[in-house]
Amino acid sequence: MPDDLNWAIGGEAGDGIDSTGKIFAQALSRAGRHVFTSKDFASRIRGGYTAYKVRTAVDRVESVVDRLDILIALTERTIHENEDELHDDSVIIYDGERTTMQDVEVPGDATALEVPLKRLAEDAGGAIMLNVVALGAACEVTNFPIENLDESLQKRFGDKGEAIVENNKKAARKGRDYVREEYDEEFGYELETTDADYVLLNGDEAIGMGAIAGGCRFYAGYPITPATDVMEYMTGRVDQFGGKVVQAEDELAAINMALGAARAGARSMTATSGPGIDLMTETFGLVATSETPLVICDVMRSGPSTGMPTKQEQGDLNMTLYGGHGEIPRFVLAPTTISECFWKTVEAFNLAEKYQTPVYLVSDLALAVTEQTFSPETFDMDEVEIERGKVVDENDIDAWLDEKGRFQAHFPAADGISPRAFPGTTDGAHMTTGLEHDELGRRTEDTEVRVEQVDKRQRKVETAKEEEDFDYREFGDADADTLVISWGSNEGAMREALGFLDEDGHDVRFISVPYIFPRPDLTEEVESADDVIVVECNATGQFADVIEHDVLERVERINKYTGVRFKADELADEIKQTLAGDAGTQEVEAE
Amino acid sequence: MSSDVRFTDFKSDKQPTWCPGCGDFGTMNGMMKALAETGNDPDNTFVVAGIGCSGKIGTYMHSYALHGVHGRALPVGIGVKMANPELEVMVAGGDGDGYSIGAGHFIHAVRRNVDMSYVVMDNRIYGLTKGQASPTSRQDFETATTPEGPGQPPVNPKALALAAGATFIAQSFSSNSQRHAEIVQQAIEHDGFGFVNVYSPCVTFNDVDTYDYFRDTIVDLDETDHDAQNRDQAKDKILESDKEYMGVLYQDEDSVPFEEREGIEAPMNDIPDGAPEGAMDLVREFY
Ligand SMILES: Cc1ncc(C[n+]2csc(CCOP(=O)(O)OP(=O)(O)O)c2C)c(N)n1
Ligand code: SF4
Repeated sequence: MPDDLNWAIGGEAGDGIDSTGKIFAQALSRAGRHVFTSKDFASRIRGGYTAYKVRTAVDRVESVVDRLDILIALTERTIHENEDELHDDSVIIYDGERTTMQDVEVPGDATALEVPLKRLAEDAGGAIMLNVVALGAACEVTNFPIENLDESLQKRFGDKGEAIVENNKKAARKGRDYVREEYDEEFGYELETTDADYVLLNGDEAIGMGAIAGGCRFYAGYPITPATDVMEYMTGRVDQFGGKVVQAEDELAAINMALGAARAGARSMTATSGPGIDLMTETFGLVATSETPLVICDVMRSGPSTGMPTKQEQGDLNMTLYGGHGEIPRFVLAPTTISECFWKTVEAFNLAEKYQTPVYLVSDLALAVTEQTFSPETFDMDEVEIERGKVVDENDIDAWLDEKGRFQAHFPAADGISPRAFPGTTDGAHMTTGLEHDELGRRTEDTEVRVEQVDKRQRKVETAKEEEDFDYREFGDADADTLVISWGSNEGAMREALGFLDEDGHDVRFISVPYIFPRPDLTEEVESADDVIVVECNATGQFADVIEHDVLERVERINKYTGVRFKADELADEIKQTLAGDAGTQEVEAE
Repeated sequence: MSSDVRFTDFKSDKQPTWCPGCGDFGTMNGMMKALAETGNDPDNTFVVAGIGCSGKIGTYMHSYALHGVHGRALPVGIGVKMANPELEVMVAGGDGDGYSIGAGHFIHAVRRNVDMSYVVMDNRIYGLTKGQASPTSRQDFETATTPEGPGQPPVNPKALALAAGATFIAQSFSSNSQRHAEIVQQAIEHDGFGFVNVYSPCVTFNDVDTYDYFRDTIVDLDETDHDAQNRDQAKDKILESDKEYMGVLYQDEDSVPFEEREGIEAPMNDIPDGAPEGAMDLVREFY
């Protein structure tokens, strides 16, 4: 892949690494090239190594690779950190006039390009522009027309005034000219441009955009890496559509505010990461049992506890799948790509409202901080459909009133889904409680009502399985003996891995699963393969566990959830019936 | 909103299971009267309740209501009000719910000054869990979990509120029904967060802070020359540890509610069938 270029800028946190990298990524995207970015960063604001990496090609790129062609090193450590990825044709751009960079050792046969970044920046109007000088130098090395940088410089610095934009353009040209004049050589790189129009965005932004497109009007959150960008994206933007973002005092408040807004009839969301999910879990149960539609987004990072806040992990699957005391009907969706972050968010709101349950939208750090190019039609807003489920108003509420005229907000409908009346609806006033309740929402410990309500809530899941398409995405060779399954952000890397495997003569069928619960039944796929491998970023194989569980032979079950313990004679009867083949004793009838 | 609403319209058909004589009966009646008096009806009212004997109040009232998890009623109320500023939102709970597990939310709800009312049934004990010390229990108040008393001074919720920038702080007594209803009414009418601490005696577990104690001690601010708009006077009254007051301790008449400052006007429940008009601009921003 001669056209596939890997570029990076690295230095200390606080050096403007991110914005410089983004300027370059945007320039490439504007020039009609595909881009896939990644970040190495530590959990600190100043100091510590940080890097922004850009992979670019004319064809789509879906993942990062272990190869670095051009490296702008603002610190010596940047070179050491990336040593393994450098090769003989790599070019390192650094400022040899800085005392800390004078004795730089360049690994292997890589080329070291000394460019007096700081001095040239000063010539252009200020030392602060040294990163942009480096960008100009990189343009020359890669034969990338510098004019493509101009628009991204405009975008980045336009707010600060035309003079600043002009100075930055000048700084970039100083870098380009210096390399052109001082190094009369060909570096062997060429960044071809095309006419394609792309947009460049990360997973958190795609979730925020999906939320607004999908009708979300209220967002309450508490900042946490790597979910904060969702909140930052929505702030100011959702207001333009009549909504509001509120920064709550903590995650407990955030989910409760979001719950309140949802009960008031707004499409409502909160986003957090693992530690925040822990705090939200008590209210998660309330959301489910009060049958409130709510989207809770978990952008996973390394755990447990505060773990490694800036590192990737997919360790919260069990938490989102099983978290919370008691038994909680829920949906768990996990986007597998950045564009899916958008579409799954839209879907999450529809599922939440149609089934009146909480929906976990599980993303991960790799999706959150990675930016990728897409054609704008990927996010075609005309394709967005909004289904609000069984909302009743003044005109049809009568059908849902009991003989005394009371609204049956928890009516045990055959499909498990009750009517919903937004507050303000005449005759709809009703109580909802986290206590077990009857069809009117009134607290109860009546064993029959208890069973009826538990069954009703669980029935939603059955209805959804019938009505929705909880499918998987498939790549590679459908007839291969080797089956690889993954979830979340691994899809991109795995799709590219298929190519490498193919080169080595390995036929592989790859299934990427965006639905954790309910999820597609993979029994047949698993049983027809010789080797089944589940790929995920965690230590214990949480998704592998659920798939193994799914393909296991089922045990018979005797369940009781009336609130009353088992009695010996009753148990004996149940077991006899089960043995006699009277299957389907999913519950012991309430007495 | 219909004008012929009576306070009994706010009563549900569920019989309260409170102990006979519990202060919460009077507190609830006053809340219902105040809601009716201020021109609200059950269909435009949202009551959020905490967990505790006090929190059961939402069950015994008739309105849109949510009975949440322990200590988190205030954020729910804030969410409801923000998503639909046309609703009358009232949050109610106990001293344990509001000043212990929910203390953080209390401070921040006060700061946020959303236009709603918050009624705390202060019985200086945990009722529902059967008589443990609450944050307003006296330092030497003996309970099964604090046999020598909590050993720490009680919180002063009105001082907390004042320090956090409250725009309305009142104190009421459930057995003084007419005054109590008036005070809650003032909290509802206040433009912002109307906080009312109600002495609502627990006749089962608290034999110190009884009806008699409050009756003998409480001073009606209406019978003094207290100027509720004067923050210094309010502060002095609130910090007097040996006095119990009834009435509005502090009110900032220039208070502007949070949602008004933030420009939240219309209910957020009305959304189009597809992406909103102009949504494609959101994509173009990423060029
Ligand atoms: C997370 C959590 N912890 C503990 C409890 C148990 N609990 C229920 S009510 C209560 C205290 C209630 O005290 P207060 O708010 O003063 O109300 P009261 O019953 O006195 O009206 C506690 C600790 C709970 N429901 N949830
Ligand atoms: S225990 Fe106390 S607070 Fe609870 S109902 Fe009885 S009297 Fe009221």
